[in-house]
Amino acid sequence: MSNLKNFTKGFIRENPVFVLFLGLCPTLGTSNSAINGLSMGLATTFVLVLSNLVISSVSKLIPDKVRIPAYIVVIASFVTVVDFLMKAYLNTPGKNFEPSIYDQLGIFIPLIVVNCIVLGRAEAFASKNSVTSSMIDGLGMGLGFAFALFLLGSVRELLGNGSLLGFKFIKGDGMLMFVSPPGAFLALGFLIMLMRQLNERLVKN
Amino acid sequence: MAKRESNFMNMFVTLSLVTLVSSAALGFIYELTKKPIDDALMFKKTLAVQIVLPSFDNDPFEDLIRVPVGKDTLNVYPGRMNGETTGVAVETSSPGYGGDIRLLVGFLPDSTIREVAVLEHKETAGLGDKILKSKSDFPVQFEGKNPENFRLAVIKDGNGDVDAITASTISSRAYCLALQKAYDAFKKGNLK
Repeated sequence: MSNLKNFTKGFIRENPVFVLFLGLCPTLGTSNSAINGLSMGLATTFVLVLSNLVISSVSKLIPDKVRIPAYIVVIASFVTVVDFLMKAYLNTPGKNFEPSIYDQLGIFIPLIVVNCIVLGRAEAFASKNSVTSSMIDGLGMGLGFAFALFLLGSVRELLGNGSLLGFKFIKGDGMLMFVSPPGAFLALGFLIMLMRQLNERLVKN
Repeated sequence: MAKRESNFMNMFVTLSLVTLVSSAALGFIYELTKKPIDDALMFKKTLAVQIVLPSFDNDPFEDLIRVPVGKDTLNVYPGRMNGETTGVAVETSSPGYGGDIRLLVGFLPDSTIREVAVLEHKETAGLGDKILKSKSDFPVQFEGKNPENFRLAVIKDGNGDVDAITASTISSRAYCLALQKAYDAFKKGNLK
């Protein structure tokens, strides 16, 4: 597989959310606005690239029977690093005391550890491939995840609040259901349908 | 290179090494980010105190007073200008829909609410998070009101004057309850 193909597969063909259905818990939980979805996606990308890097370089040294606990320790360490960094540098409230990005994502940052994409890529890709292609895979998959979360977050923010990235288009409330969990499932369902259509067309051509 | 065999010694050594290296790295990062994290938290509180209090020239954190209200003890930060109290900021909390709502309430000496800052909350995005001033006008209705004659309960409950957030009555009630607690602390502490 060429590096380019390896990188782009995460966006549409093997998108973690729309095609592989991995990591749906943080997807539904943090996609209530475009910026939240995007920050969560980027935090996950950071963890994915670094864990793929470390795991692909040491996978030969790890005995098969203990590989899952070893991978999880590596992943959990990187997640804790992200948590520390975000708490330190993305924890400044806005001028009118809007909550910081760290406060908005809250519990979902530590929960990246249990995101199936991270362990999934470690097990399915990084443990069998070279360091470079594992990092490209992590970057592509991570950005594909961020793209999916951003798309879902934009749709939900637009329908539920009448705004996008905090800029308000419609006065008053939107369809409030879309910012709450039922709206997340509904919006995700329709997005999956659209992405499947797109995917089929791409395959045909 | 061949894969290492899964015998006891190999597994033991590998796992020990992995955990040792990870914890050493984490300890290092923890030390590195400790100061920026403390700074960020302190900055947040300082900013909140500056927002809710009128001008002051003392250090409200140094002059901290602790006032017991019910089962809790609230932190009260007085703001003074030339020794005269210009206002007090009361740190208060109440369980909301998703977790505790922590507020910093600024009172003027005549017990009028000046401004409220939300320190921490876990309310639903798009619904309960309208307790934030950046999200809706809900908190604005408290500004300039004196809880002596402005009843801190939602209108729907029949004993209040507060216009609740649509579809977020629980969050609105919790917000009012926290304000009431802050007001009680203000009265009890006799903080004029």
